[in-house]
Amino acid sequence: MITVLYFARLKESLNYSTEEIDLPADVSSIAALKLHLAKRGEAWANLFNGQQTIRAAINHALVENDAVIKNGDEVAFFPPVTGG
Amino acid sequence: MTVRLQTEDFDVGAEINALRRTSPNIGAVVSFVGQVRDLNDGDNVAAMTLEHYPGMTEKSLAGIVEQAQGRWPIANVLVIHRVGELRPLDQIVLVLVASAHRKDAFAACEFIMDYLKTEAPFWKKEQTPDGERWVEAKDSDDQARSRWQQ
Repeated sequence: MITVLYFARLKESLNYSTEEIDLPADVSSIAALKLHLAKRGEAWANLFNGQQTIRAAINHALVENDAVIKNGDEVAFFPPVTGG
Repeated sequence: MTVRLQTEDFDVGAEINALRRTSPNIGAVVSFVGQVRDLNDGDNVAAMTLEHYPGMTEKSLAGIVEQAQGRWPIANVLVIHRVGELRPLDQIVLVLVASAHRKDAFAACEFIMDYLKTEAPFWKKEQTPDGERWVEAKDSDDQARSRWQQ
Protein backbone atom coordinates (compact mmCIF):
# COMPACT_ATOMS: atom_id res chain seq x y z
CA MET A 1 0.00 0.00 0.00
CA ILE A 2 1.26 3.49 -0.88
CA THR A 3 -0.21 6.94 -0.37
CA VAL A 4 -0.49 9.10 -3.48
CA LEU A 5 -1.02 12.86 -3.36
CA TYR A 6 -1.94 15.23 -6.19
CA PHE A 7 -1.36 18.97 -6.20
CA ALA A 8 -2.39 22.13 -8.04
CA ARG A 9 -3.68 21.58 -11.59
CA LEU A 10 -3.59 17.78 -11.16
CA LYS A 11 -5.70 17.89 -8.03
CA GLU A 12 -8.31 19.99 -9.84
CA SER A 13 -8.36 17.97 -13.08
CA LEU A 14 -8.66 14.65 -11.25
CA ASN A 15 -10.83 15.93 -8.41
CA TYR A 16 -8.56 13.92 -6.13
CA SER A 17 -6.09 15.14 -3.53
CA THR A 18 -4.99 11.91 -1.88
CA GLU A 19 -5.62 8.17 -2.05
CA GLU A 20 -4.22 4.83 -0.94
CA ILE A 21 -3.17 2.45 -3.71
CA ASP A 22 -2.34 -1.23 -3.49
CA LEU A 23 0.72 -1.48 -5.72
CA PRO A 24 0.29 -4.11 -8.46
CA ALA A 25 3.28 -6.46 -8.62
CA ASP A 26 4.51 -4.97 -11.91
CA VAL A 27 4.41 -1.35 -10.68
CA SER A 28 7.64 -0.50 -8.92
CA SER A 29 8.77 2.81 -10.44
CA ILE A 30 7.37 6.29 -10.96
CA ALA A 31 7.18 5.63 -14.71
CA ALA A 32 5.20 2.41 -14.15
CA LEU A 33 2.85 4.09 -11.68
CA LYS A 34 2.15 6.87 -14.21
CA LEU A 35 1.25 4.25 -16.85
CA HIS A 36 -0.95 2.47 -14.31
CA LEU A 37 -2.81 5.71 -13.47
CA ALA A 38 -3.15 6.67 -17.15
CA LYS A 39 -5.44 3.62 -17.63
CA ARG A 40 -8.10 5.05 -15.31
CA GLY A 41 -9.83 7.19 -17.94
CA GLU A 42 -9.52 10.26 -20.09
CA ALA A 43 -8.60 12.84 -17.44
CA TRP A 44 -5.96 10.50 -16.05
CA ALA A 45 -4.61 9.58 -19.49
CA ASN A 46 -4.31 13.26 -20.43
CA LEU A 47 -2.09 13.88 -17.42
CA PHE A 48 -0.09 10.67 -17.22
CA ASN A 49 0.40 9.51 -20.82
CA GLY A 50 3.72 11.34 -21.09
CA GLN A 51 2.53 14.35 -23.10
CA GLN A 52 2.68 16.70 -20.12
CA THR A 53 5.54 17.38 -17.75
CA ILE A 54 4.50 15.92 -14.41
CA ARG A 55 6.98 16.06 -11.55
CA ALA A 56 7.08 13.43 -8.83
CA ALA A 57 8.30 13.13 -5.26
CA ILE A 58 8.81 10.09 -3.05
CA ASN A 59 8.74 10.69 0.70
CA HIS A 60 9.14 14.47 0.16
CA ALA A 61 12.16 14.24 -2.18
CA LEU A 62 11.97 15.17 -5.88
CA VAL A 63 12.64 12.12 -8.05
CA GLU A 64 12.88 11.16 -11.73
CA ASN A 65 10.81 8.60 -13.66
CA ASP A 66 13.15 5.70 -12.88
CA ALA A 67 12.86 6.11 -9.10
CA VAL A 68 11.81 2.94 -7.26
CA ILE A 69 8.58 2.88 -5.23
CA LYS A 70 8.30 0.68 -2.14
CA ASN A 71 5.34 -0.26 0.04
CA GLY A 72 4.61 2.46 2.61
CA ASP A 73 6.00 5.28 0.45
CA GLU A 74 4.28 8.63 0.08
CA VAL A 75 4.27 9.47 -3.63
CA ALA A 76 3.23 12.89 -4.94
CA PHE A 77 2.49 14.09 -8.47
CA PHE A 78 2.40 17.76 -9.42
CA PRO A 79 3.06 20.21 -12.26
CA PRO A 80 6.40 22.05 -12.53
CA VAL A 81 6.68 24.36 -9.53
CA THR A 82 6.02 28.12 -9.70
CA GLY A 83 6.91 29.60 -6.31
CA GLY A 84 9.08 32.57 -5.44
CA MET B 1 19.32 28.62 9.33
CA THR B 2 15.62 29.44 9.59
CA VAL B 3 12.88 28.47 7.13
CA ARG B 4 9.36 29.77 7.68
CA LEU B 5 6.11 29.28 5.78
CA GLN B 6 3.36 31.68 6.76
CA THR B 7 0.20 33.36 5.53
CA GLU B 8 0.98 36.68 7.23
CA ASP B 9 3.30 39.42 5.94
CA PHE B 10 6.89 39.90 7.14
CA ASP B 11 8.94 42.95 8.15
CA VAL B 12 12.14 42.98 6.07
CA GLY B 13 13.90 45.55 8.29
CA ALA B 14 13.16 43.68 11.49
CA GLU B 15 14.30 40.37 9.94
CA ILE B 16 17.59 41.90 8.73
CA ASN B 17 18.21 43.43 12.14
CA ALA B 18 17.61 40.11 13.86
CA LEU B 19 19.80 38.14 11.45
CA ARG B 20 22.77 40.52 11.31
CA ARG B 21 23.10 40.40 15.10
CA THR B 22 23.46 36.59 15.25
CA SER B 23 27.28 36.73 14.84
CA PRO B 24 30.01 39.42 15.01
CA ASN B 25 31.68 37.52 12.13
CA ILE B 26 28.97 38.81 9.76
CA GLY B 27 30.20 41.56 7.46
CA ALA B 28 27.48 41.42 4.81
CA VAL B 29 23.77 40.72 4.63
CA VAL B 30 22.18 40.30 1.20
CA SER B 31 18.39 40.30 0.86
CA PHE B 32 15.99 39.27 -1.88
CA VAL B 33 12.32 40.26 -1.63
CA GLY B 34 9.81 38.93 -4.14
CA GLN B 35 6.48 40.69 -4.53
CA VAL B 36 3.26 40.11 -6.47
CA ARG B 37 2.98 42.00 -9.78
CA ASP B 38 -0.34 43.22 -11.19
CA LEU B 39 0.54 42.03 -14.71
CA ASN B 40 1.63 38.57 -15.86
CA ASP B 41 1.80 37.25 -19.45
CA GLY B 42 -0.08 40.35 -20.61
CA ASP B 43 -3.05 39.98 -18.27
CA ASN B 44 -4.09 41.91 -15.19
CA VAL B 45 -3.76 39.94 -11.99
CA ALA B 46 -6.21 40.86 -9.22
CA ALA B 47 -4.99 38.25 -6.75
CA MET B 48 -3.20 34.93 -6.54
CA THR B 49 -3.33 31.87 -4.35
CA LEU B 50 -0.18 30.01 -3.40
CA GLU B 51 -0.60 26.29 -2.82
CA HIS B 52 2.21 24.15 -1.43
CA TYR B 53 3.01 20.62 -0.24
CA PRO B 54 3.13 20.74 3.56
CA GLY B 55 5.95 18.57 4.83
CA MET B 56 7.92 18.55 1.59
CA THR B 57 8.12 22.34 1.25
CA GLU B 58 10.03 22.81 4.51
CA LYS B 59 12.42 19.94 3.70
CA SER B 60 12.98 21.22 0.17
CA LEU B 61 13.86 24.74 1.34
CA ALA B 62 16.12 23.45 4.13
CA GLY B 63 17.87 21.18 1.62
CA ILE B 64 18.46 24.10 -0.77
CA VAL B 65 19.95 26.19 2.04
CA GLU B 66 22.18 23.27 3.07
CA GLN B 67 23.48 23.02 -0.49
CA ALA B 68 24.29 26.73 -0.45
CA GLN B 69 26.06 26.32 2.89
CA GLY B 70 28.16 23.57 1.31
CA ARG B 71 29.26 25.88 -1.52
CA TRP B 72 29.90 29.17 0.29
CA PRO B 73 31.01 30.12 3.80
CA ILE B 74 27.72 31.47 5.13
CA ALA B 75 27.10 32.69 8.68
CA ASN B 76 23.31 32.52 8.65
CA VAL B 77 20.30 32.25 6.31
CA LEU B 78 16.62 33.13 6.64
CA VAL B 79 13.99 32.06 4.13
CA ILE B 80 10.35 33.15 4.52
CA HIS B 81 7.77 32.12 1.91
CA ARG B 82 4.15 33.10 2.16
CA VAL B 83 1.24 30.83 1.21
CA GLY B 84 -2.47 31.44 0.74
CA GLU B 85 -4.06 34.43 -0.97
CA LEU B 86 -1.88 37.38 -2.05
CA ARG B 87 -2.51 40.61 -3.94
CA PRO B 88 -0.36 42.90 -6.11
CA LEU B 89 2.31 44.68 -4.03
CA ASP B 90 2.18 41.94 -1.37
CA GLN B 91 5.54 40.45 -0.45
CA ILE B 92 5.78 36.73 -1.33
CA VAL B 93 9.29 35.64 -0.43
CA LEU B 94 12.27 36.83 1.58
CA VAL B 95 15.78 35.36 1.40
CA LEU B 96 18.45 36.79 3.68
CA VAL B 97 22.04 35.55 3.54
CA ALA B 98 24.64 36.72 6.04
CA SER B 99 28.35 36.06 5.56
CA ALA B 100 31.73 37.56 6.37
CA HIS B 101 32.09 39.01 2.85
CA ARG B 102 29.57 40.24 0.29
CA LYS B 103 30.52 38.02 -2.67
CA ASP B 104 29.56 34.81 -0.88
CA ALA B 105 26.29 36.33 0.34
CA PHE B 106 25.31 37.61 -3.14
CA ALA B 107 26.09 34.27 -4.80
CA ALA B 108 24.35 32.17 -2.14
CA CYS B 109 21.23 34.37 -2.24
CA GLU B 110 20.95 33.96 -6.03
CA PHE B 111 21.57 30.23 -5.76
CA ILE B 112 18.86 29.81 -3.13
CA MET B 113 16.32 31.77 -5.22
CA ASP B 114 17.19 29.87 -8.43
CA TYR B 115 16.67 26.53 -6.69
CA LEU B 116 13.57 27.70 -4.82
CA LYS B 117 11.95 28.72 -8.13
CA THR B 118 12.59 25.31 -9.73
CA GLU B 119 12.45 22.76 -6.87
CA ALA B 120 10.38 23.98 -3.92
CA PRO B 121 6.80 22.67 -4.21
CA PHE B 122 4.78 25.88 -4.55
CA TRP B 123 2.15 26.57 -7.21
CA LYS B 124 0.58 29.93 -8.06
CA LYS B 125 -2.96 30.34 -9.27
CA GLU B 126 -3.84 33.78 -10.64
CA GLN B 127 -7.17 35.53 -10.77
CA THR B 128 -7.44 37.51 -14.02
CA PRO B 129 -10.40 39.22 -15.77
CA ASP B 130 -10.80 35.98 -17.78
CA GLY B 131 -10.98 33.80 -14.68
CA GLU B 132 -8.55 31.69 -12.70
CA ARG B 133 -5.44 30.10 -14.20
CA TRP B 134 -2.42 28.19 -12.96
CA VAL B 135 0.88 29.94 -13.61
CA GLU B 136 3.11 27.99 -16.02
CA ALA B 137 6.73 27.27 -15.11
CA LYS B 138 9.31 29.22 -17.15
CA ASP B 139 12.24 27.76 -19.08
CA SER B 140 14.27 30.80 -18.03
CA ASP B 141 14.03 29.64 -14.41
CA ASP B 142 15.38 26.19 -15.33
CA GLN B 143 18.23 27.86 -17.22
CA ALA B 144 18.97 30.08 -14.21
CA ARG B 145 19.33 27.00 -12.04
CA SER B 146 21.37 24.99 -14.51
CA ARG B 147 24.20 27.56 -14.57
CA TRP B 148 25.04 26.47 -10.99
CA GLN B 149 25.50 22.86 -12.15
CA GLN B 150 28.29 23.57 -14.66
